Amino acid sequence: MNNKRHFTSKFFRAIALFTLFFILALNNAKAIDTLKDAKTTVSDTAKAGIKAEKEEDISATILHHIGDSHEWHFWGEGENKVAIPLPVILYTKNGFVTFLSNKHDADQHGDSIFTVKGQSMVNFEGKYYYPSATKYADGSYVKVDENNIPINDKPLDVSITKNVLALFISVALLLIIFLNIAATYKKRTGKAPKGMQSALEPFILFVRDDIAIPQLGHKYAKYMPYLLTVFFFVWINNLLGLIPIFPGGTNLTGNIAITCMLALCTFFITTFSGNKSYWKHIFNTPGVPWWLKFPVPLMPLVEFIGIFTKPIALMIRLFANITAGHILILSLISLIIILKSVYVSAFAIPFVLFISLIELLVGFLQAFIFTILSALFIGMAIEEHHAEEHH
Amino acid sequence: MIVLSVNPLVSPDPGLFIWAVVAFGILFVLLRAFAWKPILAALTEREQSIEDALARAEAAKEEMARLTGENEALLKEARIERDNILREAKKMKDQIVSDAKETAAKEGARMIEKARVEIDSQTAIALALVKDQVASLSIEIAEKILQKQFEDKGKQDALVADLLKQVKLN
Repeated sequence: MNNKRHFTSKFFRAIALFTLFFILALNNAKAIDTLKDAKTTVSDTAKAGIKAEKEEDISATILHHIGDSHEWHFWGEGENKVAIPLPVILYTKNGFVTFLSNKHDADQHGDSIFTVKGQSMVNFEGKYYYPSATKYADGSYVKVDENNIPINDKPLDVSITKNVLALFISVALLLIIFLNIAATYKKRTGKAPKGMQSALEPFILFVRDDIAIPQLGHKYAKYMPYLLTVFFFVWINNLLGLIPIFPGGTNLTGNIAITCMLALCTFFITTFSGNKSYWKHIFNTPGVPWWLKFPVPLMPLVEFIGIFTKPIALMIRLFANITAGHILILSLISLIIILKSVYVSAFAIPFVLFISLIELLVGFLQAFIFTILSALFIGMAIEEHHAEEHH
Repeated sequence: MIVLSVNPLVSPDPGLFIWAVVAFGILFVLLRAFAWKPILAALTEREQSIEDALARAEAAKEEMARLTGENEALLKEARIERDNILREAKKMKDQIVSDAKETAAKEGARMIEKARVEIDSQTAIALALVKDQVASLSIEIAEKILQKQFEDKGKQDALVADLLKQVKLN
């Protein structure tokens, strides 16, 4: 009873504190706004323009953080920038071209042409394009469409970008961890697990006993290496993404190229291990009225589309979940800047911590979901259907 | 398609995709060969050995129970055997004792009989001897008395007279 009252009072105090900070912050923001109103002589439209620009700026910053880059940025802008420059590798019309990203990043508006190996290029917002023949009105050699997307030709960019470096780091980490564990297993044959081995063995067993065997049945052993690799690859990258500083903080599993690659792996494995009854189920689904298949092959069409929607769903799910988590955390931090008050941090930082903890869970959950769905799709493709099992 | 071209987030970057394929491929091949295979093999082996050990323990327990049962049966058998032997022995002892008693009684009777016969014969001999002795002694005494009696003439006449008197009376 006493304990409960104590808790309730504590809870209310916390809520009151947050509310107070929030009101203060709002008032502060309002005060600054009114101050600005009084000071500014510019018209309403211009002010709206500034505000819009500010909002644009924040969403651009967030997008920049979760996107890819040719440098590993720490802090600062322009001259005071602290960042690791990464090698740029471009496959241009003249063959491969390489240089460090900080060599040609002073101008990012496509204003100045530089030449490497006889190939002239411009840097536009961190990406490399072939310059147009003439300079446009805004002083740039890059022509953009109505969505601000450049329409210039560009070389194939196979640079070691921030995401690629993060990918290599995670791959190296996985190799170090699991080759070590494998060595421990060899050294301690038949003995109880120890150290890192005992820490990760439950997860290996989890993938085997709770993902592979229920979905794949007795043929699970063949797909275990893929499922284990995917599970630990996704999980470690999800976790690395939550570390705010180098070597973490990249939004690798929230990058659609990575999830696309993983989903394609599952797609190819599913398609190539599909047995006769799998394809029969797609093109001549048993237990479905004949008029759904002939003369208009409605069911086969739906089933055929299903082959592709399943991996696409895999790709989108992982990408969207991880990206959403990163955006959420960055938005909560940005609240401090949007509301223009340091007091908001009292409200925003606990929330960021809370969301980060949830993201730890989500990181594991998404790895689990990706793996179990991959196993499920493969399981559907290799499942033995019996004649009486019509549905 | 418009969304794809507008938002850089949802358009896969070919460079990153290529590197992802390469890196993930290498990771998969290396881990499959040098990590997953030995790890899964070791796990299976360990599980198998644990299962075997459990099965062996179970078998040993059963064997133990069987042996205990067997021992019990053996013990029971031995106890019965012992009881039998004891009973037999007792019977034999009784037999022997009774036999001995009987024999002893018989022998005793025989010996007593023999002794009695001996005693009888000895008594007879002794009596005969005593009779002889008495006879000779009597004769000797009679002789001595007669000698003494007939030393005096008067006496001899008295006697004869006496004797004659007696004969008359008769």
